[in-house]
Parts: sequence; structure tokens; C-alpha cells
Amino acid sequence: MSEPLVKVTGVKKYFPITQGIIFRREVGRVHAVDGVDLEVLPGETLGIVGETGCGKSTLARLICRLLPVTEGTIEFDGQDITNMKGNQLRQLRREIQMIFQDPYSSLNPRKRVGAIIGDPFEIHGLADGKELKKRVEELMEVVGLNPEHYNRFPAEFSGGQRQRIGVARALALRPKLVICDEPVSALDVSIQAQVINLLEDLQNEFKLTYIFIAHDLSVVRHVSDRVGVMYLGKVVELAAASRLYAEPKHPYTGALLSAIPVPDPDATKDRERVILLGDVPSPIDPPSGCRFHPRCPKAQERCVHEVPPLEPKASGDLAACHFPLEPGESLARAKAGIEQEVELAQQLPEHPLPPTGDLG
Amino acid sequence: MMHCGPRSRGEWEVGMALLEVRDLRVHFDTDDGVVKAVDGVNFSLDPGQTLGIVGESGSGKSVTNLAIMGLARGGQITGEVLFEGRDLLKLHTNELREIRGKKIAMIFQDPLSSLHPYYKVGSQIEKVSKKDARDRTIELLRLVGIPRPERRVDDYPHQFSGGMRQRAMIAMALALDPAVLIADEPTTALDVTVQAQVLDLIERLQEEFGTAIVVITHDLGVVADMADDVLVMYGGKPVEVADRRTAYYNPHMPYTWGLLQSLPPVAAEHTGDQLRPIKGQPPSLINLPNGCSFNPRCPYVMEVCTRVEPELEPADPAKPSHLSACHLSLEDKERIWEQEVAPTR
Repeated sequence: MSEPLVKVTGVKKYFPITQGIIFRREVGRVHAVDGVDLEVLPGETLGIVGETGCGKSTLARLICRLLPVTEGTIEFDGQDITNMKGNQLRQLRREIQMIFQDPYSSLNPRKRVGAIIGDPFEIHGLADGKELKKRVEELMEVVGLNPEHYNRFPAEFSGGQRQRIGVARALALRPKLVICDEPVSALDVSIQAQVINLLEDLQNEFKLTYIFIAHDLSVVRHVSDRVGVMYLGKVVELAAASRLYAEPKHPYTGALLSAIPVPDPDATKDRERVILLGDVPSPIDPPSGCRFHPRCPKAQERCVHEVPPLEPKASGDLAACHFPLEPGESLARAKAGIEQEVELAQQLPEHPLPPTGDLG
Repeated sequence: MMHCGPRSRGEWEVGMALLEVRDLRVHFDTDDGVVKAVDGVNFSLDPGQTLGIVGESGSGKSVTNLAIMGLARGGQITGEVLFEGRDLLKLHTNELREIRGKKIAMIFQDPLSSLHPYYKVGSQIEKVSKKDARDRTIELLRLVGIPRPERRVDDYPHQFSGGMRQRAMIAMALALDPAVLIADEPTTALDVTVQAQVLDLIERLQEEFGTAIVVITHDLGVVADMADDVLVMYGGKPVEVADRRTAYYNPHMPYTWGLLQSLPPVAAEHTGDQLRPIKGQPPSLINLPNGCSFNPRCPYVMEVCTRVEPELEPADPAKPSHLSACHLSLEDKERIWEQEVAPTR
């Protein structure tokens, strides 16, 4: 097995919640990422899925050093980059690039497309003048944009084309790692497929490594070699994409998968959706033991007290669960009547999400 | 439990559709030209039935429903929207107010921007239903699965999570026991597990109260799950109408094929395949292509497609309810679907 390109060890990120204006006291912490171990192999696509607030975007920002970590180490290409600063950090930025979700707000509306894609070259002093223009036009060609549109503004492009501009900018410096944070979720279905195909072609052409974050599980399955499932700041399952989808080990993965609406009416009819009760608990005060236990249909006494480690299960895939699912085991509970569900919901601990919005 | 009194049906008689839309057109005059947002939509809906309207951004699916509700401001609206036999487009604002919300309710995509942030959730629902308002509001919140509704009724929207806000919207929509519920992308802003909760809730409430539902979405998975009939829109026009199984297992229109092929395949043996996107961009509604508006993106385009606009009609005389707007012959449609499209899914 080759050396991992990225190695994340015990990484934690807490955001303090403060009160008071002059004497700022810390009154709590948002446990956005809480002890994540991950490896990304060169040339692979690692998918990360999870619901709003599970910490997947925070993890991405930690890896590309847009946020400092609270605890733990991040290695890139065998080098510890956790506390890298100054010139070294700038050099690192050439190797790690990011593609953002919203092609409308991640491009400066006052800059011409040529300047947006050319920025990385200028920042790193790699090209200017005619050479710069030539390279930008080449990039535009690569991502399927018309190089004649060099002098247009982002507003003159559609959503899918804007996402291509974002891709061209990310690829400008030939990075080794590209972190795609929900790259297609703002796009229409037909355009989504165009961008996914583009990302796959570019990966083959430039030998890129992707970390692909998305909440659309069928898209993640399509692009990923391995998939990590996050819940409340922790990775709860990590396995090869095909096996994860065929035989989920963690009950949360099972519930997530069963919730995907499949564009196939007969399959939908046969399938029993696992309806998880309640909402994701607050990451300010996450539940004890296994964080999924208040919503888990298989939870037992042990889950309340003991944090399950992320460890290899029978098939060799990693899962953090005391009572992992057996192959073929059904999670579906009998469809309860509305009253019964409400009764169950009443017993749930109340954990409204904090009003800070998306913590993911 | 909710009180579900008998609904007054007005002049509506048995045998008529509950909601019938005939040749609905919504055009907006802009500086750049006339935007034909909706151009000739027909459908009818019976009690307890669910219609799924599918299309990409700008296909006219949302404007169709705003027009039904009398909310498409500034547009020139023609056609008929018959609800219980009365044409909503001809009603006076005050008469429309009697129907809007009471008999036809709507759920919007973004529950945060459709709830007023300044008022308590409970008081917003109470405003809708006047009698014994508070008790009934608590009852409604309990019905949609909000834990501890007696306390939650006094919360503000920001204290609710996204899923709870959407549930509160559903509670508000159901407060007056509407005959028709229009859900415009009801779960797009939600996570999958919460989406499953909300879809489940809508389905169960439909079973219980016999509400007719129009669900507008770009998610073919949601439609496969909920809808009885499917209407596919492209460039402001309906291009295919079929029952759910036909729409997924034997569609006739290349745009519908393209939508299905754009999705990552369901079957495990196809997971590694490249996706097959529809080439090009959706058309501008000001300047639609001549002939069939899908022709510049269609892989099966013929000479006639660039000249003559196809009618929405049954391709197979044996299946009069399956309509499609496409010049391909029935044999070609069946052959292409069987040989080229279906095997890739």
C-alpha cells in the first residue's frame, strides 16, 4: 500500500461560545470536529457524507488550513502541516485547492473570468502577461469553457459554467489534492452530471486526489472509492464505497441509506424507510457514549456510557459501533401510528440546534 | 386528534376533478422581451391524488403553482384554473382569499424565510385558525411530530431546527384542513433523514385526510416516492405526462430520458459507469428555440424538430393517458428506450 497523501490524526476543532462584551467568558464549545482519524491515499476519491452540522465542511477547512485545529495533527505528503506558517504555508496552498458549493458567491462579481482564473498564477508569481493569458485560456479549454469568454464577468455565465470557472481556478496550479465541498449541490440535475464527469476526467488526466464532500449519497457513491460517514463531529463508518452502500455496518449509515429517495418507483415501494426520530442533537453538548444512541434503534445500555472506537469489523471495514449491523439485517421498525411516534418523540431529549446556522 | 368536518364543495359535483388547470399561460413583460414562464399547462387532480411536477430551474414549475394561487404578480395570466368548478383566475381578490389558505394551502421550499422571524411559531399558526386557536395549534404541532408542543408553541422560528420549521409550515398549511396542498420543493433544504421524516408525514396526513397534493421538485427520487402522476416540464411547457410507473419505466420524451440518465445509476453493476448528462444549457425563456424547445440538446434530433413544435399527445393510441411532445415515432421511442436508455440504469 502506498503512503497516504493526507493523514489526519486525532483532529479536534472546537468553536468557543462566549458571553459578555468586555470580559468575554467562554460559556460553551461547539464540538464541530471531535477526534477524527483519516487517511487519504494518492489518486483516490474519499467521499465524506453526513447531515448538516456533522462537521464535514469544518474538517475540509482544517485540512486545507483555512482554520487552525484545536488538537491533533494533519500530515500532507509526509510533512506535518498542522502549524505551518508564512512562506511554507503559501507553498502548501499550491498543493491543496478547494472547490466551493455556491458558484454564485465564490466568484468575485467585479472581476473578469480571465482574472479570476489567472489569480493563482499572479499570487504565486508563476506567470504574467501573454504567458498568463495563454495558460488561463488553456485551463478554460480543459474545463469546457470557451476561451473567447476570457473577458466576461461571472454574471454572464450560468451556474454550471460558473462551477467550471471554480474548477479551472482550483486546477490552475496543478494541485495534488482538491477538496470539493458540495461541488454540485447548487446545480440542476442535467448540469450536475456534466460537472461530475468533468471532475472525473480531470482526475484521470492530472492524477488528482479528491476529498469529495456532499450530502447527496448517490452522487458520493458514484464518485468515491472510499466513503466516510460523519455524525456529530466523528467518523462513524469508513469503507469502500461499494461495500458501504451494500452492507452498512453502523445503524446511522443504514438509516441514511434507507432515507435516500430512489428514482425507481418499484424499488421505493419495496423498501422500508428507517425513520430516525428527532433531529441531530446539538454539537454544543453532544450525548454521552455513542453520540448516535438517543436516535439509534439498536441502542443498549452500553452505548450510553461507552464511546465506541472506530475499529475494523468482520469485513475489515471500519465502524464505530458496539452492535454493528449484520449483513442483511433490517433496521426498519414496524411503522408506528402517528400517536405512537409522537409518544416516542416526547421521550427524546430536547436538543435544538444552536441558532448559529450551518456548522458543517 | 384533528377535527375533520365535512368539506363544503360549493358547486363542485362528483365526477369533476377537484382542481383542473386548462391551458394556463403566464407571460412576463420585461425590458429584454416577453418571458414565457408558463406556456400551455394542463392537468387535473382528484381528491387524495398526488401530482408530481418535475423540471429544472426555469422550467416554469413554480410559476405554474404561484399562478394557481393567484400569487404570480405582474404576469399576464391566461387560461383557466378550475377549483371545485370555479375559475380561480376570474375571482375577485376577496373571494380568492376565501379559498387561498383555507382550501388550497401551500408549503414553500425554505421554511426559514417563509416563517416570520418576529412572531412566535404558535401565534403564526393561530392566526390561520381562529377558533380555540391555541389548543388547536398545540394539537397540530403534536400531529406533525414536534416534541413537547405545549412548550414549543411559544418558541420563535430561530429556535426550531430546519426540519421542525418545515413541520411547522405543514401544520400551518393543514390548520384549515385544505382540499389541495401545493408543496413547492418541500424537502430540498432538508437533510435526507429529515426529508424522509417530512415525506412520511405528508404521506400519512394525505392518507388520513384525503388531501390532494401537487408536489413540485427537481428530485426524481422524491417524485418516484410520492406521486401518482408525473408531469415533466421544459422551457415553460409540459413535455411528458404519465402515471408514475410509466414515467420511470417507459417514458417517451428524450428530455425525460436525459433526466433519468443524468442521475447516478441505481443498479450496482453500473456504479462505475460515466454519467450521461444532457448536453448544453436550459433555454432562455425569452428566446426559445424554434420547433421543439429541446431540439438543441436532443441526441435524437431530426430535421422536423427544428421547424415544427410537437403537440403534447398520446404517442401510443392504446395508452391515451400517456402524453408526450416529441416527433419521434412510437417505434423509435420504444426502440431507443429499450436499447439505449433503459440498459444504462
